[in-house]
Amino acid sequence: MRYCVGIDLGSTTTKAVIVGESGEILGRGITNSRSNYKVACDVALAEALIDARFARVSGELTPAASDAGRRERLLRGLELRFREQQYRSHLACFAAVVLRLLDAGGPASDARAAVEWILERMSAETSALYAEGGRRKSDFFRDMAGSRYMHLAEQASRERGASFDRMAGLFDKAILEVENRPADPDSFAIHARAAVRAMGESLPGLGEAVERAAAVPMERHAGVGTGYGRSTLPFPKDRIRSEILCHGLGAHAMFPGTRTVLDIGGQDTKAIQVDSSGIVTSFQMNDRCAAGCGRYLGYIADEMNLGLHELGPLACGARRAVRINSTCTVFAGAELRERLSLGERREDILAGLHRAIILRSMSLLARSGGVFDEFTFTGGVARNPAAVAALDGLVRENYGAVSMNISPDSIYTGALGAALFARRETVRPESAGAEARA
Amino acid sequence: MSVGRLSGVLEKAERLARDTSLEAVRSWKERTAGLALGFMPIYVPRELLHSQGVLPVGVMGGGDDIEIIRGDAYYQSYICHIPRSTIELGLDGSLDCLDGMIFPAICDVIRNLSGVWKLEFPDKLSRYLDVPQNFDPAIGGRFYRDELESLSRDLTARGAGPYDPGALRSSIAIYNAQRRLVEDLYALRRDEPWKVPTTELYTLLRAGLVVPPEEFSEMLRDYLSAVHEDAARKPMDQARVVLIGSFCEQPPLGLIKTLERSGCYIVDDDLVQVHRFVRGDVPLEGDPLDNLVRAFLTQAVDSPTRYVAAGDNGRAAVERVRRSGAEGVLFCAPSFCDPALLDQPMAVRAMERARIPWTAFKYSENGGQFQVIREQAGTFADSIKLWSEASS
Amino acid sequence: MTAAGAPSTAPARKDDSQLRQKRMMAEHYGRLARSPRTGEKNVYTFVPGNLTELVRSFGLLPVLPEINALQSAMRGKSREYIATAEKLGHSEDVCTYVKCDVGMLKSGNVGPTGEPLPKPDVLLLSYTGCFTFMKWFEILRQEYDCPVAMLHVPYQGDGEITDAMRRYVVGQLRDVVIPALEKLSGKRYDEDRLRGMLALSAQAEEDLVWVLRSAAHRPSPIDAYFGGVYYIGPMFTAFRGTPEAVDYYRALRREVQERIDQGRGPVTPDGEMSDERFRVVVEGPPNWTHFREFWKMFADEGAVVVASTYTKVGGVFDFGFRHDPSRPLETLAEYCMGCYTNLHLPGRVEMLCRYLEDYSADGLLVNSIKSCNSFSAGQLRILREVERRTGRPAGFIESDLVDPRYFSAANIKNRLESYFQMLAHRRGAA
Repeated sequence: MRYCVGIDLGSTTTKAVIVGESGEILGRGITNSRSNYKVACDVALAEALIDARFARVSGELTPAASDAGRRERLLRGLELRFREQQYRSHLACFAAVVLRLLDAGGPASDARAAVEWILERMSAETSALYAEGGRRKSDFFRDMAGSRYMHLAEQASRERGASFDRMAGLFDKAILEVENRPADPDSFAIHARAAVRAMGESLPGLGEAVERAAAVPMERHAGVGTGYGRSTLPFPKDRIRSEILCHGLGAHAMFPGTRTVLDIGGQDTKAIQVDSSGIVTSFQMNDRCAAGCGRYLGYIADEMNLGLHELGPLACGARRAVRINSTCTVFAGAELRERLSLGERREDILAGLHRAIILRSMSLLARSGGVFDEFTFTGGVARNPAAVAALDGLVRENYGAVSMNISPDSIYTGALGAALFARRETVRPESAGAEARA
Repeated sequence: MSVGRLSGVLEKAERLARDTSLEAVRSWKERTAGLALGFMPIYVPRELLHSQGVLPVGVMGGGDDIEIIRGDAYYQSYICHIPRSTIELGLDGSLDCLDGMIFPAICDVIRNLSGVWKLEFPDKLSRYLDVPQNFDPAIGGRFYRDELESLSRDLTARGAGPYDPGALRSSIAIYNAQRRLVEDLYALRRDEPWKVPTTELYTLLRAGLVVPPEEFSEMLRDYLSAVHEDAARKPMDQARVVLIGSFCEQPPLGLIKTLERSGCYIVDDDLVQVHRFVRGDVPLEGDPLDNLVRAFLTQAVDSPTRYVAAGDNGRAAVERVRRSGAEGVLFCAPSFCDPALLDQPMAVRAMERARIPWTAFKYSENGGQFQVIREQAGTFADSIKLWSEASS
Repeated sequence: MTAAGAPSTAPARKDDSQLRQKRMMAEHYGRLARSPRTGEKNVYTFVPGNLTELVRSFGLLPVLPEINALQSAMRGKSREYIATAEKLGHSEDVCTYVKCDVGMLKSGNVGPTGEPLPKPDVLLLSYTGCFTFMKWFEILRQEYDCPVAMLHVPYQGDGEITDAMRRYVVGQLRDVVIPALEKLSGKRYDEDRLRGMLALSAQAEEDLVWVLRSAAHRPSPIDAYFGGVYYIGPMFTAFRGTPEAVDYYRALRREVQERIDQGRGPVTPDGEMSDERFRVVVEGPPNWTHFREFWKMFADEGAVVVASTYTKVGGVFDFGFRHDPSRPLETLAEYCMGCYTNLHLPGRVEMLCRYLEDYSADGLLVNSIKSCNSFSAGQLRILREVERRTGRPAGFIESDLVDPRYFSAANIKNRLESYFQMLAHRRGAA
């Protein structure tokens, strides 16, 4: 299978999307960004390839073999087992590195006993983590392992008197090494087979489907990189496209009727106008200040001791939006505390905060030329129901009835656009040449 | 009885002060079929407008009442707030009843706003009113007279009455009367500040921007007699301060409240400066347009937007402190306000030489957070009282 | 032809005009440094509304604090000068030229050639197109306790110069400025001498305009923004009206003609550009602290600026105006009132639209300067209007004149690259 890949290197996550000859999406992958950009890109791409192979597995299973519902359940189960195998594999690697680092630091038998205990507990927990309905804080190894390790380290520190700082330091060193190791190209084959074996109940043909999917040769045809820090992407300069352009094209691919795109990221906001071919005609960025971006919500969540994902639903329970005048993150905490002390309800304050963020986006949109039908809203904040409601209301009030598009896959918008740029240049070499010369 | 009268005046004033969609102007237009022209802060020759049947309407920004949706698209972050809210008011229809806007020479932001207005509202009159920085009657005076004549012609071309010297004299008399009443108000506050909280004074001054001068004068008269009769207002031990820097983008009412509650009596200020720009009466004998010009040249209050020819920046501010018997200065300027902030170091220097205590902070018209200013002003007021105790 | 991606640049070579200009400026600064000994008097004034001919007709030397500030920035001194001024109570919010100047004077007033600049003998406050100028010289007056001659140049609020406005400026020239210069120099106003200088100005202006218009060629032989700031140097500082300026612009014109004849592109920091990919019009002053780095962001993309508004701050000569010796004071008045930042916004929109058309530009780029409200306030509206009228895309970046804290290279590069890629794709799709 020949594919073109687009990689979006963000400050928190790195995304990869691979597309086929007709521009159809074959797979998507995401991983946490890390100090070695090349590894981050490779891992994201590897994840996208894994995603593509899973799609193959699904396709290989003939619907006639069994009912659709059971098939779905088993495929999900396969993926879950797969992830579990991946996790175990990383964990084993991590354990080896931790112990090596520990021993290299000199004799410390207390510490070793404690660390061994932690590692053993982590391994034992894995099944529960990946059980049906098991709750995982994140799907990234660093987050999951980190969370469990620290929790256990605290326990070990309390019960065994081992030094928490020493154990935390070990984690920091070890994780750097582990996650900056190159991606394993055989990951799908190894872990999917192990997953099939681990599944008690099996679908006839599942094993064969996995084998066939694992054997499909994936040939990279072209690639384009984009995103924050893209000048250090492991792509040559002419294989790098601005995030604005990638975002515009990606949004167009997801929703071909798109004319205006708003992306509220963690630390910047982009307002983009595109034409009927997905080419950017105008854009504005707020990249000088985090006010009105996702990070602001992060501060608020911290201040209120809530999870980021809890803010939106809570704000939706407001009776009225408290007027918040400034979205300066520096004053976020002070503003919040003042309102609470004045007796305002949490829900109402949160509604006000969400509205204030969206007002900043409205300014940016106005600067970029306005909001035109259809309007696509992307970025992490697009998953926040209160933000979406505030945006919908303000757009309606100011620009009339405009249909708003939100996709659960919007985090991949930039990578999708990059992949499509890569594909365009293989399909239309004369225009690719013009672009390269331009 | 008097409390009822006072609260009546205040209620009316509050309603008018918050009237950003200019309901009062709309009803005036319905009653009279006259023209209404908006003007931005500091100074316009309202007498001239009035004499041609035009209602001058002060547009001093949207304050903390309006939400800026579109206005922020016109201005980068390092520019003050007043042009954003003014554009917002223009775009959301609040200013539709105005037949045009006058932008007096204040600074480059307001100057350029006159051009934005032309682009945005090409059918309305948008007039930049350049005022002279040369105060020689034969040069700057001549120029200013030419400006006024040109403005007068523009008004007539838009449907206002023609220029008439008799009408202008009458209008001058009306505004002279109003200025005297405003001075009475300020004098009362200076002499008995507990009788005239600055929140009320400010509300009155804002109200006076959207009604005909006769009506404003009546409100002032009512207020002045009512407060005299209100025995409940008692003196408190507060520091007497002069507020400097709030001549264009106005502070939110909450800020003024905060200052008074933190221990300050504001005994002089430059709020809504248009009402006090000309000191004393404009003469009625002789050519009234010449008199307006001369009043601008020789009777104008000092302002950071006005060239200081004598070379002693800050002296006028020190004099204000002395004249009002104040003990200190609060430099209270909008963020990014070039005139106020560029002038401030020179004024500060003059204060230090004259050994007048001072403190400084910035605001924006829609600010809602006053905690820090409360601390600062409170500490300042306390320190003044300590100083005066120590030196007495 | 070039390898895909990189514009080719031949090794750097200084043009004659660049060397000549450097010499002229160095000589001028040297003269200023020696003036306390030689007894030559100076006049501090501003670039917009600079009355160089009048000043020099009295044998007085012009000093331009704006130029001092930008030179300080290019030499890496502006950060500390601004910090000094802010410590003395000057607000973070105000113009960084002013703060840089205050900091410089508190640090010995050392000029760009390393020699101290003389104290002002008179401050010629040409209040042209910028309110901050007025406060700047009030501040300097307080520091130096020296005389100020105020020339208030009225704003073209309705896009025209009226008789009243002309009369006002001429009246001030006669009654305020000339007497002040007479007093300082001990000489009488010599109108004939002034006329002679104005005639020379007109000649130099003719050649400058020719040079600016050369950018209409494809490829453009000049960069009208980064290169442009050097070209306008003698015109806007101390030399307009002198034979040296006439010679300079004649030589510059010859040089540019040669470039055209040989089909050569403009000089860039890395040598000559030979692959013009983008033609842009720039609105707004440049950044001075990172001037070369900023220039490179354009040059690396093969982007040439074919016209700019900044090169008109000291006078707009490419729409027909020439200094007219037959009406000396009136022509000085008209010159002042015609400077770019004294034009009303619709007039600026008009100029930008003309430039996009006349110079066959792909798009407009606005460099919005934090310090300069005169340029910046309303630029977003100008941008949208120009886009609407011309259909050509506009880009928007933000920086400052001389405060390095407001130049974020990563952000600016990001926006510029996105803008150029947008231009490229729109062309490719068309």
